[in-house]
Amino acid sequence: MFTRRTTLFGAAIAALVAAAPSLAEEGLSPAPKVLGQADQTAGLRHVKAELVPPPAVMQHQQVDTGAPKVVEFTMKIEEKKITVDEGVTFQAMTFNGSMPGPTMVVHEGDYVQLTLINPETNTMPHNIDFHSATGALGGAQLTLVNPGEQTTLRFKATRAGAFVYHCAPPGMIPWHVVSGMSGTILVLPREGLKDEAGSPVTYDRAYTIGEFDLYIPKDENGKYVDYETPGEAYADTVEVMKGLIPTHVVFNGRKGALTGENAMTAKVGETVLFIHSSANRDTRPHLIGGHGDHVWERGKFHNPPAKDLETWFVAGGSAAVATYKFLQPGIYAYVNHNLIEAAELGATAHVKVSGEWSEDLMKQVAAPGPIVGQ
Amino acid sequence: MRKRRVVFLTVLGLAGMAVLQGFAPMPEDGSLVRIERASVRYREPGEFIDGTRPVNGPIGEIATKKPFAIMKGQVTRGDYDRCVAAKGCKVLDSAGDSALPVVGISFYDAVAYAEWLSRETGQNWRLPTDREWALAAGSRYRDDAYTEISDPANPSRRWIATYDAEAAAEQALDPAPKPAGTFGANEHGLLDLSGNVWEWTSTCYVRHRTDPATGAATEVENCGVRIAEGRHRAYMTGFFRDPKAGACSVGIPPANLGMRLVRGEGRLREWFGF
Repeated sequence: MFTRRTTLFGAAIAALVAAAPSLAEEGLSPAPKVLGQADQTAGLRHVKAELVPPPAVMQHQQVDTGAPKVVEFTMKIEEKKITVDEGVTFQAMTFNGSMPGPTMVVHEGDYVQLTLINPETNTMPHNIDFHSATGALGGAQLTLVNPGEQTTLRFKATRAGAFVYHCAPPGMIPWHVVSGMSGTILVLPREGLKDEAGSPVTYDRAYTIGEFDLYIPKDENGKYVDYETPGEAYADTVEVMKGLIPTHVVFNGRKGALTGENAMTAKVGETVLFIHSSANRDTRPHLIGGHGDHVWERGKFHNPPAKDLETWFVAGGSAAVATYKFLQPGIYAYVNHNLIEAAELGATAHVKVSGEWSEDLMKQVAAPGPIVGQ
Repeated sequence: MRKRRVVFLTVLGLAGMAVLQGFAPMPEDGSLVRIERASVRYREPGEFIDGTRPVNGPIGEIATKKPFAIMKGQVTRGDYDRCVAAKGCKVLDSAGDSALPVVGISFYDAVAYAEWLSRETGQNWRLPTDREWALAAGSRYRDDAYTEISDPANPSRRWIATYDAEAAAEQALDPAPKPAGTFGANEHGLLDLSGNVWEWTSTCYVRHRTDPATGAATEVENCGVRIAEGRHRAYMTGFFRDPKAGACSVGIPPANLGMRLVRGEGRLREWFGF
């Protein structure tokens, strides 16, 4: 056991050492040349965003026709052991302690100003790559922080849509991403969402679903290994990752994160905005018994939404946005419609919808009973 | 019935010793518990539909009609593997500790084991009926009705009430099999009832339907689905060994499928009805 640990640590350290030279190079050169450039944010109002753990989405205005603003965010990176299924532990790395990280909301033209904290209690360097940002590998080159450090990045949100953000430390990108380090930033058009005819699309609630493909090593008896540190899990995990077959596919970090007492809720007549991110792997959400009224499959709001979809596609490394107005009460399952992944690997959520039943939309004309009339 | 009695009388005449054996009390055996006189508040199993409205099955006190002997503990992996070695049972999907309860068995695996054990011992081993299981379980038996709500105008009210009740009752349960006695004994001395191993019964799933217009009642039985008993009643496809995919209406499947058998007291006693 001692030898094995040493080997595992060795692998993790080797990865860190491999990463180090490029950090040294890139840490200095691409720093923005502030001299000579006017501060475009001078005089803009600053607002502090209050992030909340998913599936909830931070309070926000759907329409903001005011002048662009600087929205200040703070996120703390947390490495921690979590339970993804009964008896299955996982060395997670998280933005703000949740999988996915909290959903950030701004409007097109706003400035996103993020302070990223890597507490001393962590063991690894981390950073953040915003798919919504322009330059410096999405900000990753400017945000690499070691344990005990913090950094602040500002970027202009020039494109409207739901965009993935994720950790991208040199040499360890896929490992950090499939360990939980991803989330969504929602950049709303200042005028709010519009359908294909330009009419407003509004919503009563918003939920974030972050889908994660996990690659958890098993021991020689087929039992999932319980590791004490991320470093110890590293080498074995990469081996499973390279097989490309996840051992778990879960929403929001664990099986059952969005079912039972954690189920999403809505009322008949309400429109719900579902933000579905998948940082690493393609997926296909489906609301059993419902639809997607307006769906931005690629998540980008200056494209007209698709309508009346049954299932929508989320390309790995992107976030899709769908609205649905609930018309019938009951328990809805929101699944990855690769049903093997939904039922066997964990990718199932529930929406509990209260309200009055519409017999016009559906009625059980005859309950199950013996076969008659043949 | 008449034919059986004739056969019985013939047997009685020809083989007096066998009859005496049939009437003899069960031998003292520490691995069995004899349920002489027991009662329990019992919910009739299956689904009940009033017109198109799902309702709970009737509930009421039931009592032993005749005593029966049931295993004190669950069948162990070692027991099962002896049956496998003797080619009486199918090999299971994963390895297990011979001292711990056998898990990962289908209804058909359980029946095969009981048949093999009967051949081995010359005794009559079988799965308990759901009623027998409930009588033996006593205070460990759980009513599977989660709610009385059933609104013909809004079926979702029952779905949501059931979902909420199940979610509230849900508790993390370590699925790893545990040594006999880990989950304690009930008032009859039976071990580990309603622990983390659900036990197959021989009772089939039945759907009961009443037509409110005519009052006519129909029943359709599906023996492809059997009842597994434990912390809650599970309707389980007979060939499932891993219960995770199935069972309870919305949520929480059983953690494991295993068994505990009843030793029948011979046909002679049963014909007499006591």
